Amino acid sequence: MISTLTIPALPEGWAAEKDFKPIGKITKDHATQRTIEPVGPHFLAHARRARHKRTFSEDDRIQAQERAKKVEENDESDISEPEDPMLLARDAKDWKNQDHYKVLGLSKFRYKATEEQIKRAHRKKVLRHHPDKRAATGKTEDDSFFKCIQKATEVLLDPVTRRQFDSVDEEAEVEPPTKKQLTKGNFYKLWGNVFKAEARFSKTHPVPLFGDNKSSKEDVEAFYNFWYNFDSWRTFEYLDEDVPDDNENRDQKRHTERKNANARKKKKVEDNARLRKLLDDCSAGDERIKRFRQEANAAKNKKRLEREAAEKKAADDAAAKKAADEAAAKEAEEKAKVDREAGKKAKEAAKTAVKKNKRVLRGSVKDANYFVAGDASAATIDAVLGDVELVQAKVDPEEIAALAAKLNGLKVADEIKAVWKEEVGRLVAAGKVKEAEIKALN
Amino acid sequence: MSDKKVATSPDDRTVIGITFGNSNSSVAHTVDDKAEVIANEDGDRQIPTILSYVDGEEYYGQQAKNFLVRNPKNTAAYFRDFLGKDFKSIDPTHNHASAHPEDANGAVTFTVKDKEGEDAEPSKLSVDEVAARFFRRLVGSASDYLGKKITSAVITVPTNFSDKQKSALIAAATAADVEVLQLISEPVAAALAYDARPDTEVKDKIVVVADLGGTRSDVTVLASRSGMYTVLATAHDYEFHGAALDKVLMDHFAKEFLKKNPKSDPRENARSLAKLKLESESTKKALSIGANASFSVESLADGIDFASTINRLRYEMIARGVFEGITRLVSSVIKKAGLDVLDIDEVILSGGTSHTPRIASNLAAVFPESTAIQSPSTSATAVNPSELQARGAALQASLIEMYEAEDIDQSTHAAVTTVPHITNAIGVVSRSPSGEDVFIPIVQPETAVPTRRTVFVPAPKDGGDVLVRIVEGNTHIKVTQPAPKAAAANGGSRAAKVEDADDSDADESDSEEEEDDDEEKREKVWKIGATVAEAAIRGVKKGGKVEVTINVNADLSVIVTTREVGGKGGVRGVISA
Ligand SMILES: Nc1ncnc2c1ncn2[C@@H]1O[C@H](COP(=O)(O)OP(=O)(O)O)[C@@H](O)[C@H]1O
Repeated sequence: MISTLTIPALPEGWAAEKDFKPIGKITKDHATQRTIEPVGPHFLAHARRARHKRTFSEDDRIQAQERAKKVEENDESDISEPEDPMLLARDAKDWKNQDHYKVLGLSKFRYKATEEQIKRAHRKKVLRHHPDKRAATGKTEDDSFFKCIQKATEVLLDPVTRRQFDSVDEEAEVEPPTKKQLTKGNFYKLWGNVFKAEARFSKTHPVPLFGDNKSSKEDVEAFYNFWYNFDSWRTFEYLDEDVPDDNENRDQKRHTERKNANARKKKKVEDNARLRKLLDDCSAGDERIKRFRQEANAAKNKKRLEREAAEKKAADDAAAKKAADEAAAKEAEEKAKVDREAGKKAKEAAKTAVKKNKRVLRGSVKDANYFVAGDASAATIDAVLGDVELVQAKVDPEEIAALAAKLNGLKVADEIKAVWKEEVGRLVAAGKVKEAEIKALN
Repeated sequence: MSDKKVATSPDDRTVIGITFGNSNSSVAHTVDDKAEVIANEDGDRQIPTILSYVDGEEYYGQQAKNFLVRNPKNTAAYFRDFLGKDFKSIDPTHNHASAHPEDANGAVTFTVKDKEGEDAEPSKLSVDEVAARFFRRLVGSASDYLGKKITSAVITVPTNFSDKQKSALIAAATAADVEVLQLISEPVAAALAYDARPDTEVKDKIVVVADLGGTRSDVTVLASRSGMYTVLATAHDYEFHGAALDKVLMDHFAKEFLKKNPKSDPRENARSLAKLKLESESTKKALSIGANASFSVESLADGIDFASTINRLRYEMIARGVFEGITRLVSSVIKKAGLDVLDIDEVILSGGTSHTPRIASNLAAVFPESTAIQSPSTSATAVNPSELQARGAALQASLIEMYEAEDIDQSTHAAVTTVPHITNAIGVVSRSPSGEDVFIPIVQPETAVPTRRTVFVPAPKDGGDVLVRIVEGNTHIKVTQPAPKAAAANGGSRAAKVEDADDSDADESDSEEEEDDDEEKREKVWKIGATVAEAAIRGVKKGGKVEVTINVNADLSVIVTTREVGGKGGVRGVISA
């Protein structure tokens, strides 16, 4: 394998004094002062190097030994539990009903006891209770409790029988909290302990923890999910009423076995139901679930309200827009109407004004007696009025008004004529009227 | 401690290695640097650690063991573990069928009639005296064999022997006129017996020594670095051992006997029980070699003879609990050492019970293929497990026989043996063909310092300038889950489990087997840690190789030397502690 591996190429720009760059240090851990075994040829070489003809004192030895990491534990077990006199008086024949953990002084550990702890506890008990030792120290030779110890060890050191016992170890059970206990709070701790204990039966590990009121929705869901689908190794062989014995005939044996199998099955069903009820009870009181539901509802509501609000706003906006549009249209219409009417009036007024002014214009030439002395001939009148008509036709109402204004009040024919002449001149100059078209007012 | 020793001048020594077991003892010496176990006058190489007195005559070894049937009261057995202990703290379990240990103001004694004559007063022998007498016989017969008086010995002891126990043992040997050159640990002696074989190259490795004896099983995890051993973890078990296997067979044959003779339980009578035990043990030993073994006892109980046979399969079935207990014990020590089975390079099976093929095959199943399982049934080159400790002790004895006692004492002093061990591996970063950085260990974790190690790594094909990056490294176990298809199927059935109460035991074992089939894959991989130093080697030739040497000093400072193999110069740098 190593042959396919190569030393990498030097990265671009790598440089160091004398091509060597110290960067870190190797991990120092004082706990790794260890004792090498003073055995073998290689140790001999080491000793020669280490000693250099030095002689070590007893002090050196003690100090060095204290520094060395200990690998041997004390054989004496640290497990100690006072022995209950009632327990010591137990009859080994009744081993099925004995608390094996208590017999070995492992009450505190139970299903959590390691195999090594069980062995150490056993040895400790043997040292104290072996009947030969008791006899040697003049105590009674009663070996009943010793047999209890042996039986307990036998059961607990075999993983199969240990599970059978652990399955029905009432002392390891944690009862679900009562309503009264729960009223004092501690919901999470109390139920948490229940499930921590139940978790001993789990085939799969790790088992999700119950958590507390700060647990996330995902964790709580994972917890209930796990437990509603709990895969348990709990078995009920230990409670078998009859143990088939080798001396029975086959049929009898088979009958007993069948009876046991049915009883176990029934207990297993009951146990599953028990766990289910536990979960139902627990989840029913689990404020987190309520809270998550409320939160979910609130979230749903919030969404709905938001949606409704949005819809309402859209509707309102549309209505408002419609109203505004309508109002605007109406206003526009009204304005148009007013304008129209005003226009009409103005037009009429203008028309009237034009009419009036035209009357002034016509009146002016009449007043000027058509610029002749004496009765004017019909032709003259026609000519003058023809010119007036022409001018009127060529100018707009304002010019008419302006002209009328100039003419108004004038009585003297020449003045009138001058005004007309000026006007005609203006129009001719503006190209609106041709010189030739004018018959009288030039 | 040394004040009680007898010191012999190196020139006058004749040395042996002794294993003084709770069940059996053995003596070995070296011939041309090879260890050989010495047979006693009965032709036994495993000599039962038993003394028996009949009519003032002293018997030891197998002869004494045979007297367990007819003369149990005057037979002292299983006393080694009582040396240096108070009565309060001894376990008399295995002495029930022989002289019982007694309490003499806290000291352990045996009362035996060791003098001739019907009405001779029985003697109260302290355990130290019993041990001394046994030593005398053991060493005496070896002296006879060698034709010269043995003066000195290296003796093996369990790793959990206290100073008091050691002193008592030395005192017993001294009383038998044997100079104790050194006491060495049993598992280390076993490891040395393997490693000192000719043509064995010194390799850094992690070794598990499972010493499975008659009344105890001791398992040790050793780091072997440059041929030096460090104990990383140990466990001592008094439940799963040879005697427990004897018990399984005793119960089996007792039940067989009871079927034919319902009124006579051979376990209820001391003499019958002793016969049952002796024969069960020899049947057990026969089952280590053959597929079938016979069991035959004259007048087993109530004058009834009994003969039967058992095949290995049946035996392995009834003894399963003990076998599995041993496997769990081994696994637990590895865990205690903070290691994984993948970290274990070698498993040495030592002690008489290690002859059992099933124990070895069960262990082989726990370890990866790459782990060497050293036992007669798993390896053709295995050394007889019953001889390992004596051989190791003999090898050590021959190594140190030329030294003055004072010199040995100073060299085995804690001031010499207590040394810092590095925590992490030190190595160099290489590049894989796919461009990944890969750690190449140079110094393994748990190596005692000072130490020096070298590796050679090729440069890239075309040579050129290269970067030697020295880093710390650690292993971790990479677990690859089996194909997801199976997992999905499992998940489905699991979801329905709570309701599914019919789920019988038979179903369960089936599904467990299924799970076994698509086992997850576990491998040990190196993880690159902090960089310690970098160095450049310039202008490496095409196809060249780079040599990297790490020297870790006692103060944990490091000297890195690196150069192109065959090239001149190179780079040398120091990393301060
Ligand atoms: N060939 C064998 N097969 C199985 N067990 C054996 C064999 N040889 C010895 N033994 C058992 O090994 C145990 C003794 O082992 P040993 O290492 O000599 O013990 P100890 O370390 O206790 O002195 C006894 O229980 C003995 O029956």
